[in-house]
Amino acid sequence: MHIVVCIKQVPDTADVKIDPKTHTLIREGVASIINPFDVYAIEEGLRIKERAGGKVTVITMGPPQADAALREAISMGADNAILVSDRAFAGSDTWATSYTLAMAVRKLGDYRVILCGKQASDGDTAQVGPGIAAHLDLPQITYVRKIEEIDEKHVVAERLMETGFEALESPLPCLLTVVKEINEPRLPSLRGKMAARKAQIISWKAADLGCDPRSIGLDGSPTKVVRIFTPPARTGGVIFKGEPEEMAAQLVGKLKDAVLGAAS
Amino acid sequence: MESTPISVLPDKCVGCKLCVKACPFGAIVVENKLAAIDLGKCTLCGACVEACKFDAIEMKKKEAATAADIAAYKDVWVFAEQIDGRIQSVTFELLGEGRKLADALKMNLCAVLLGHNTQGMVRELFERGADTVYAADRPELAYFQDEPYAAVIAEMITRHRPNIVLCGATTIGRSLGARVAVKVHAGLTADCTGLAIDPETGNMLQTRPAFGGNIMATIITPGRRPQMATVRHKVMKEAIPAPGRTGRAVMEQLAAELLASRVRRRSFVSEVETTKNIAEANIIVSGGRGLQAPENFALLRGLAEVLGAGVGSSRAAVDAGWIAYSHQVGQTGKTVCPKIYIACGISGQIQHLAGMASSDIIVAINKDPDAPIFKMATYGLVGDLFKIIPILTMEFKKLLGK
Repeated sequence: MHIVVCIKQVPDTADVKIDPKTHTLIREGVASIINPFDVYAIEEGLRIKERAGGKVTVITMGPPQADAALREAISMGADNAILVSDRAFAGSDTWATSYTLAMAVRKLGDYRVILCGKQASDGDTAQVGPGIAAHLDLPQITYVRKIEEIDEKHVVAERLMETGFEALESPLPCLLTVVKEINEPRLPSLRGKMAARKAQIISWKAADLGCDPRSIGLDGSPTKVVRIFTPPARTGGVIFKGEPEEMAAQLVGKLKDAVLGAAS
Repeated sequence: MESTPISVLPDKCVGCKLCVKACPFGAIVVENKLAAIDLGKCTLCGACVEACKFDAIEMKKKEAATAADIAAYKDVWVFAEQIDGRIQSVTFELLGEGRKLADALKMNLCAVLLGHNTQGMVRELFERGADTVYAADRPELAYFQDEPYAAVIAEMITRHRPNIVLCGATTIGRSLGARVAVKVHAGLTADCTGLAIDPETGNMLQTRPAFGGNIMATIITPGRRPQMATVRHKVMKEAIPAPGRTGRAVMEQLAAELLASRVRRRSFVSEVETTKNIAEANIIVSGGRGLQAPENFALLRGLAEVLGAGVGSSRAAVDAGWIAYSHQVGQTGKTVCPKIYIACGISGQIQHLAGMASSDIIVAINKDPDAPIFKMATYGLVGDLFKIIPILTMEFKKLLGK
């Protein structure tokens, strides 16, 4: 069974700081990591392979340096890695990104399961996974917290909803997006790290995928960012110190109206 | 050079570095008095184009759609999310916000309702401000299923051509929105916290947090309609019901193939929560490593019960196995936006702050006066939570007459 995992390289947000003068993100020296949710998707892909046999292919769309994310996936145990990279993809929004990744998946041809993290930690949109499914006209199961059954023909998975969870059955091929609860990702093995160093990363450009030039990059993106700014800093914080009774009384005094409003 | 969407004109650039300062993504460097843009980092936000005083940065303009194309798209639509025949509160928030947008554009506010036995819900949508309700009433649509819901809404968009389509940024809204947007080739902005109409162009200005709330971005969909957005729950104010208010109901005729689903629901298990769902709660009492042991969450549950609050937690407490993942607030958990967020024994790692920074009031209770959470807090209590929380619980009990 051919399992495809779509991943994204993101800045390690633990390190993201705002320049106090310019109010912009400091990206200098910020490490890049695999989007945390995608690590769960890679792990789940490896587990499906261990259960049902087959191979795991990781795909990322990004600049040439996203190569590092693919090698990390190989060090975890992925079999193949594809870097979809082209200047023509610059400026892609989620519509164009999901189109481009769908074209890459289509080129693989024999895929049975496509796995994505539920969202990326930089953009937080959760739109690319369902977008790929829509472009390929595949069934989708989002927010998967557990795969109960899987074989060549079908999958049964639990989707986490706000009010509970539902068990969904889908024929394959199917696209799934996963949440953190689904597994505990493995660490790369020594052998995996060596394989990652030597691995041949396949590189695909827009022309290799047969992309419609009007559907990629800036031209293929219906949305456009017009302004980026720092949210107004929270101000007017009051710190209480002293005996617990005093502090509690002061806080209750301050919160009285809000609590009565919220509780009604 | 022509193929790149953004480029620096060497004859105009003087190497002043204004663009370097303006770039939120650190994508520009100046070498030998010439700016160079790293397309790997550039998101084409255009900040540098605006900042450049020498018109030395050129960004490829998108083909503008003709005014006639866009003028054919009318009305503001709200996807009415229903679970078990009950309209979800996020829908009322969208109707409240949608009314403002519709009035600004002098358009109608419409609700789109998919379900079975929908009459009662149609009435409720009128009372909450919908001028028109487009309803698809079929047993196959009784509960949310990605494929038929997306197919039916895409069909309705093609039929009626709305200008704006809003969904809640919920599990359902996010799974549905992206599928519909691809089908109808619309722009979709995720998880918006602010919406407005640009009076000059009529475009919807969609503001949303990114990078865990570290930056805000305003996004438009200039050349295509509808303009689609998912909107964060608990940010907008609910439309107030006007009993007896009514409107135009349009019952949609649907071809059978639109209703087909390859995915089949085997079962639905409602999670029996002793406490409130944190995405819905007006008040959240949240605990972290400072609680020291799983049984100490009982302390928070006591306070939460008095306040009618939900119980949240930091990642540390979930990873330690003290409380279920569904309670986790933060980057790898839930993003919440309550009226009051009470953080007990939570130091305030950036990943946690990303999930709760937009709460109206933040209360922090922590022993360590240097804990980063105090920088975010509206009210900070430096002290022992094991002493403070029981007193707070008692005081609020008195206040609320419980």
